[in-house]
Amino acid sequence: MSSAALHQHPHFFPNPLKWAARWIFTTNHKDIGTLYLWLAMIMFLVGGAMAMLIRAELFQPGARLIDPEFFNQMTTLHGLIMVFGVVMPAMTGLANWMVPLMIGAPDMALPRLNNWSFWILPAAFTLLISTLFMSGPAPDFGWTFYAPLSTTYGPPSTDFMIFAIHLMGLSSIMGSINIIATIINMRCPGMTWMKLPMFVWTWFVTAFLLLAVMPVLAGCVTMVLADRHFGTSFFNAAGGGDPVLFQHVFWFFGHPEVYILILPAFGVISEIIPTFSRKPLFGYVCMVYATVSIALLSFFVWAHHMFTTEMPVAGELFFMYVTMLVAVPTGVKVFNWVTTMFRGALTFETPMLFAIGFLVLFTIGGCSGVMLSLAPADFQYQDTYFVVAHFHYVLVPGSIFGIMAAVYYWLPKWTGHRYDERLGRWHFWLSLIFLNITFFPMHFLGLAGMPRRVPDYALQFADFNQIASLGAFGFGLAQLIFLWVIIKTIVSGKAAGNKPWEGGTTLEWDLPSPPPYHTWVHPPHLD
Amino acid sequence: MKLLKKMALKITVFLSLMLVSWRAVADYQLNMTSGVTPVSHDVYLLHMTAFYISLVICAVVFGVMFYAIIMHRKSRHPVASKFDQHLGLEITWAVIPLLILIIIAIPATMVVYRMNDTRNSELVVKVTGYQWKWRYEYLNQGISFYSNLSTPMNQRANLEPKGEHYLLEVDQPLVIPVGEKVRFLITANDVIHSWWVPAFGVKTDAIPGFIREAWAQVDTVGTYRGQCAELCGAGHGFMPIVVIAVSKADFAKWVANMTRGKVNADTMLPNKTWSKSELLQKGRQTYNQNCAGCHQTEGKGLPPLYPALASSKITLGPAVDEIQLVLAGKSGTAMPGFDDQLSDDDVASVVTYTRNEFGNNTHDIIQPRQVAKIREAAKITHQSEQSSPEVNV
Repeated sequence: MSSAALHQHPHFFPNPLKWAARWIFTTNHKDIGTLYLWLAMIMFLVGGAMAMLIRAELFQPGARLIDPEFFNQMTTLHGLIMVFGVVMPAMTGLANWMVPLMIGAPDMALPRLNNWSFWILPAAFTLLISTLFMSGPAPDFGWTFYAPLSTTYGPPSTDFMIFAIHLMGLSSIMGSINIIATIINMRCPGMTWMKLPMFVWTWFVTAFLLLAVMPVLAGCVTMVLADRHFGTSFFNAAGGGDPVLFQHVFWFFGHPEVYILILPAFGVISEIIPTFSRKPLFGYVCMVYATVSIALLSFFVWAHHMFTTEMPVAGELFFMYVTMLVAVPTGVKVFNWVTTMFRGALTFETPMLFAIGFLVLFTIGGCSGVMLSLAPADFQYQDTYFVVAHFHYVLVPGSIFGIMAAVYYWLPKWTGHRYDERLGRWHFWLSLIFLNITFFPMHFLGLAGMPRRVPDYALQFADFNQIASLGAFGFGLAQLIFLWVIIKTIVSGKAAGNKPWEGGTTLEWDLPSPPPYHTWVHPPHLD
Repeated sequence: MKLLKKMALKITVFLSLMLVSWRAVADYQLNMTSGVTPVSHDVYLLHMTAFYISLVICAVVFGVMFYAIIMHRKSRHPVASKFDQHLGLEITWAVIPLLILIIIAIPATMVVYRMNDTRNSELVVKVTGYQWKWRYEYLNQGISFYSNLSTPMNQRANLEPKGEHYLLEVDQPLVIPVGEKVRFLITANDVIHSWWVPAFGVKTDAIPGFIREAWAQVDTVGTYRGQCAELCGAGHGFMPIVVIAVSKADFAKWVANMTRGKVNADTMLPNKTWSKSELLQKGRQTYNQNCAGCHQTEGKGLPPLYPALASSKITLGPAVDEIQLVLAGKSGTAMPGFDDQLSDDDVASVVTYTRNEFGNNTHDIIQPRQVAKIREAAKITHQSEQSSPEVNV
């Protein structure tokens, strides 16, 4: 059977199982990608609701809605859910859907492993969220769970968080093995490394980062578990350990993790900007090397999260210099994206709007990142709202906008329908405006001296907090439009055709929309 | 054209929103303080340098980008150019940022060295973080005290109007002289805290079991306020730092006062018999300052981590047990020992309070001398059990 014939029968070889069984037992990369993306969507709403509670409590000074203990549980779970439950599964979902389509592979290399890596996650998040319903507090020490607050002083539910993180780690490790195996082995004939789409490249690098650091996180939580229950003292000075060791281990995972969250978004942006500029990506080779250098540098900067724990001057300088260096490859990426747009034929459909939003706001987040890298200044910024503003600027308009841009970009391919462009634009503009109203004032708050993770604050911080809270509610509501657009596109909409975007050049646009259940059964040939 | 009009409208709406919010906040602090120490001035300059460089970079990047967005939209520039590489450009925009970074790194390196130079200090203060208060010890003057949040619970619960220094006020501030290099030895008793006074440019993590150093040489007399910067539990937002910098002469007077006051406190009416209402009144204060963070104002606690005191085995059981528990703490739990934090009066009143409030009607009245006896007995057993001198972390 030729692949052309397959295309005419989109439901050739459908999954023979029905309803729940289809989704539970599926080994199809498209089904699993869809599952990942829906999990991320649900978690986005849960983690977002927690953010709304946090901002509601901070709307005015004084004890208002929730007590300080519950406030800490909300900041902890909001962080954990957004990092592990939203950005990572969404990126993995995109990889599952798009990597095989973009490299001309029939499926992921290890389909059963793929099923398993997804289905571990709902269990992990059930464990994590169940802590809210236990007698006694849920984890309440921030998503970074510094010892000894999480060891000697951690609530009993901490153990559930530890096992949840173990499961998420397993899932990520298996997922990244699968992605690496797929990209190495299943590229179609003619798809040399330097012809790989940027999204695939960034995921390839990300998968190696995951493989390198998720075991470190597993070790970290296991040491916490051992300190809590097995009488060890890794992080307890009274037993010969050191609480700062925890931070070294955690951030050795944590900093590469930051790039795990952002690199696939870089890949998405590197696909979208050329498509809507109708011009090839500028400096493809440099983009690849920049991605790899960012990944390598990420292993040598972890202690910039810990300047205030104090370290020898040589250490402080080393971590400051290497952190500053990260700005160079990141700068190269930003300049290349702008140059890709330059003298193109630009149109501004929703994916492009999100990509431009990404470009502008990520650059702002990058600049505050360089400011934070300066060790002496970091002593003033550390653990304030300036840091909160910084990482929300790189994570919300960075990773999250990257994911949203990708969803708008590929939704026509996935569903076969065009989404409602008007609603998409509304979603973009409202998100853009409200997220700036939410996070921009946080720079001022931090510089003026407001620490992060406080449930109540001095009166001089009242106005900016109120503005930020209003922005947050607006941003939260705007996301309901996103959900609405997605559902609407799934059930109806104009036919998308193989290639809804004039400027698309990658392989997925050669397939029908929606693609048949099995694609590239016969691999395409690149010249 | 229609699209341009629409965009112009959107931009106007956005800018006017920004302007409105700007006017509303014009009176508030937007930027980092330049502070009152040499280090904080240096840090401020470094911060501003990095900020202005960032502004220039953003202006260039966004300038080119918006130029492309306006001039190279498909309606104006229908055929895209096909160029996709230029080695010279790539090298330029790798090298220029590198040079800019080197230019900022030089002053930053100098400040790093200056911050870490704690030599030649004239006064040493040990700062210890507790859940949730600070303890200050003047090692050579023999002065030591705890510094608790003094904002009344009623202000936090919105029952009274909030004062000017809401959440940034303490019962006993740290006092230091201006013009002298003060060295801080910073540690913690339980979890990690972080001692931060923005005006000094000092933020140092207080790590249990380890001592970190920082220093400040304040150049202006005044009151400086800061907060704990590292999440340390439910009371993290409620352990502020207040430092009063005074002239050297005033500082000497203060030291003399403090050392004299200490002698008085030790000999103050040890055998006085307190009335129940006196004990309850003092007990309420002591409770709200030291206990309510975990056990809550209403004594309901946050079980199972922080047990309730209302009708609990401890508050209804033998008073001796409760006094011992307050003094020694309970190992393996979040309950610290208050032996060196609370005086006999404090313990007597807080125990009386907990045994007669929250529906606990034991009618027990505990006198300070009873506490003194238990404390003395505990000390003797402690010494006989442990021959080596106690290491004070």
